[in-house]
Amino acid sequence: MTAGAAGFWTQAIAIAKRDLMVETRGGEVLGVVLPFAAVAVFVVPLATDALATRLDQLAYPVFWLVGLLFSMQVALRQTGTESLTQRRTLALLGMDPAARFTGRSLAAAALTTAVLIVIAPLTILFYDPDEIPAVGPSLLAIIGFALGLSMLSTLAGDVTVGLRTRSSLAPLIVAPVSVPLLIGASQTLEALIRDRSTMAPALLLTVTVLSLAVTGVLTAPALEEATT
Amino acid sequence: MNSAIVSLSGVGVRFGATSVLSDIDLDLAPGEAVGVTGPNGAGKTTLLAVVSTLLTPTHGSVELFGGPVNRRDLPRVRRRIGMSGHDPGLYPELTLLENLTLVERLVGDVRMSAMQVLEVVGLGGAAHRRVSAASNGMQRRTDLARLIMTRPDLILLDEAHAGLDTAARDIIDRLIHRTCEAGGGAIVVSHDRSVLARSLSRIVEVEEGTLT
Repeated sequence: MTAGAAGFWTQAIAIAKRDLMVETRGGEVLGVVLPFAAVAVFVVPLATDALATRLDQLAYPVFWLVGLLFSMQVALRQTGTESLTQRRTLALLGMDPAARFTGRSLAAAALTTAVLIVIAPLTILFYDPDEIPAVGPSLLAIIGFALGLSMLSTLAGDVTVGLRTRSSLAPLIVAPVSVPLLIGASQTLEALIRDRSTMAPALLLTVTVLSLAVTGVLTAPALEEATT
Repeated sequence: MNSAIVSLSGVGVRFGATSVLSDIDLDLAPGEAVGVTGPNGAGKTTLLAVVSTLLTPTHGSVELFGGPVNRRDLPRVRRRIGMSGHDPGLYPELTLLENLTLVERLVGDVRMSAMQVLEVVGLGGAAHRRVSAASNGMQRRTDLARLIMTRPDLILLDEAHAGLDTAARDIIDRLIHRTCEAGGGAIVVSHDRSVLARSLSRIVEVEEGTLT
């Protein structure tokens, strides 16, 4: 009588679509976070003596600093929007917890990538760095960073769901684990600029992203049990 | 192998020092619908949470669809359970149709399409209305539409009749009837015994965490 549940990727894509539709309608994440991220990019040139300061040397540090802080905000806010009843309803629909984790992470990664892609040209425009890395490999590094940070935020969101201290505890979980992601992505860009081998930083980024994916998928059923 | 759809034996639930349910024994045979009544805070909703597998009892055993609930089989077992309560758990930013389309995509094989089921519950004209702009009654009907769509073998209703008009109550009664007719079962919770007596033959009462 009861029908079977859809496959893993069908469920994951349905959840990602749902999250992006909710964000498109509500506009809370991008509508609030993006303008402030753009303003944050302008703050350094405005707050320093532009003639005395080598702004071009600050371009990439500012990009990653603003990128990390605001991407974390996007991913954490985006992954904290499900109510207990909504999570329970999904569970009773036979939702695979790993597919839910994947879908939520993909949606958060899309939003986080959007934030980073908006910040990147603004940083180049206002800081005028001497060297600009190749767009293709840079985009891959940015997407890898966004994906890793989104999976990490989804995990942190699920671990802290329902806790009164969620808003302060989740960033504390995300911050230390985001360091290898940040080093991997920023050093990949740096290696591209300096024409060095990207092997080591790219490998660090890839291994961190894969570790988060495996952790997220394996812990999803237990986390669902604990939070529904 | 137990043939009952639900079989609770000596089930108890404690939240810290507070005992919410104790020594609950309840069997639900295929084709049976049972009403659970009792005063506020008696443990009715907790009982449904245990049956739905969303809450693990502190002690006692829960068997569903003829066997114990295995953690590995949890998504498959849960897929056979449909629950509806006061909070429909819809996404307010999405329309009624989009909420059901999400269910359609997650479940894959459904009895009827999202649009068809909205027509069945009398919401065809409001399909493109956002949940945030829909009345509570419309939201609850949409939740019932989800149950019709996903055709669960076990229906758990928590005060589902409260605040609904006669037409919506008839939808609930038909849903229970069809599920039981197909060999499934239903547990319907209400603090109002008259609501249960209208359509259910067997009613049990929960009082201070025990079945009487």
